[in-house]
Amino acid sequence: MPQSELGQIEPLLQEFDNTRANLIPILQQIQATCSYLPQEALRRVARKLQVPLSDVYQVATFYRCFSLKPRGKHLVQVCLGTACHVRGGQKVLERTQVETGVDAAGTSADMQFTVEAVRCLGCCGLAPVMRVDKTTFAHVEQTKVRGLLTRYRPRKPATSEAEKTPAVPAESTLVHGGDHA
Amino acid sequence: MPTLTMNGITVEVERGTTLLEAAQFLGLPIPTLCHEDGLAPYGGCRLCVVEVVNGAKKSLQSSCTYPALDGLQVFTHSARVEKARRLLVELYVATCPQSKRIQDLASAMGVRQVRYDAKHEHCIQCGLCVRMCEQQMMAGAIGFSGRGLHREVTRPFDTTSDTCRQCGACLYICPVCELRCAGPDAESTLCNGCLNISTACFQTYDNAMCSLDPCHACEIDGPFRADVRVKLQPQIEFPVLAKK
Repeated sequence: MPQSELGQIEPLLQEFDNTRANLIPILQQIQATCSYLPQEALRRVARKLQVPLSDVYQVATFYRCFSLKPRGKHLVQVCLGTACHVRGGQKVLERTQVETGVDAAGTSADMQFTVEAVRCLGCCGLAPVMRVDKTTFAHVEQTKVRGLLTRYRPRKPATSEAEKTPAVPAESTLVHGGDHA
Repeated sequence: MPTLTMNGITVEVERGTTLLEAAQFLGLPIPTLCHEDGLAPYGGCRLCVVEVVNGAKKSLQSSCTYPALDGLQVFTHSARVEKARRLLVELYVATCPQSKRIQDLASAMGVRQVRYDAKHEHCIQCGLCVRMCEQQMMAGAIGFSGRGLHREVTRPFDTTSDTCRQCGACLYICPVCELRCAGPDAESTLCNGCLNISTACFQTYDNAMCSLDPCHACEIDGPFRADVRVKLQPQIEFPVLAKK
């Protein structure tokens, strides 16, 4: 684990009291900062809260929102719940995996995308549904996946001065099928 | 001090006592798998299930985690409880047929058949080793990881643990690590030990038992005897009137 990540974590830890009840909030903060839970960070948390490392590990492996492996910059979640499955969620997932070029573990080599299948995102009327970071895309079709992912791809070096792309919605939003083609 | 009735016996216990402790105080034998004195109650194996009548409600509860409350009526060996326990033991035997403690439980509780495929797992997730390591050995070197199907007992990150002193308490307490004896039929799912040895019967006929009435061997083992059952089942032909 790079020292910079541990450096990022230290100020985070200072904000919390040393009680076991703070375990999950701390892990959430680390996950949000590093996009995964580095091994050294978990050891540091166990020392701070004075709980066995096995307890921290148990919590970290139990919840799906925590990842022990580095994740890509953007988290792509394709819903495979019943409604989405019936309306072709599996094909959307396969197309997404091809388009992003992720490996078996679900993360692309350039660390840009992590693709995972989820069971239900809770909006079955919009099936098939796909979520990128905090943006939910409704009525996704196979053919629309590529265009939809374009805005999350890194810019070409020629236009790299626009680091923050205005097309990426920052807040939690919902995009309907016709809007993103 | 709560006063409750167990199998018709009135008993007064201290506040905070569990039903299991009250039953043990009275000498009522309740089988357990995940309970150990000195470790926190876990309620994982459900073998200590008892029938609790609380007012108008009647329910099955795990006695190791249920507090002894005033006015409870508890039945530790009712037909419903026995049925539930036998099913549980059957499932445990199917999960870990190689475990001596589970096979002994099956023998003691009269489980004579297992209707599930043997899985030969190495763990029943009773959590004894995890609690032993944390609460008695003060190490906390092992713990559960994952969830659902992927839940298992591991060391953190599956590497050598710096808190493990290799004391072996986890092996000592494990109900699955001790293997059953290699009896005459060690490959069978259910051993039932020496209870299953059937007396040899030399007088068997195709579709009937021997003419000795009552037959000593058949009376001991009844219709569940393996050799008798096999012989009775096939080709039972009912007389059919010839159609003209």
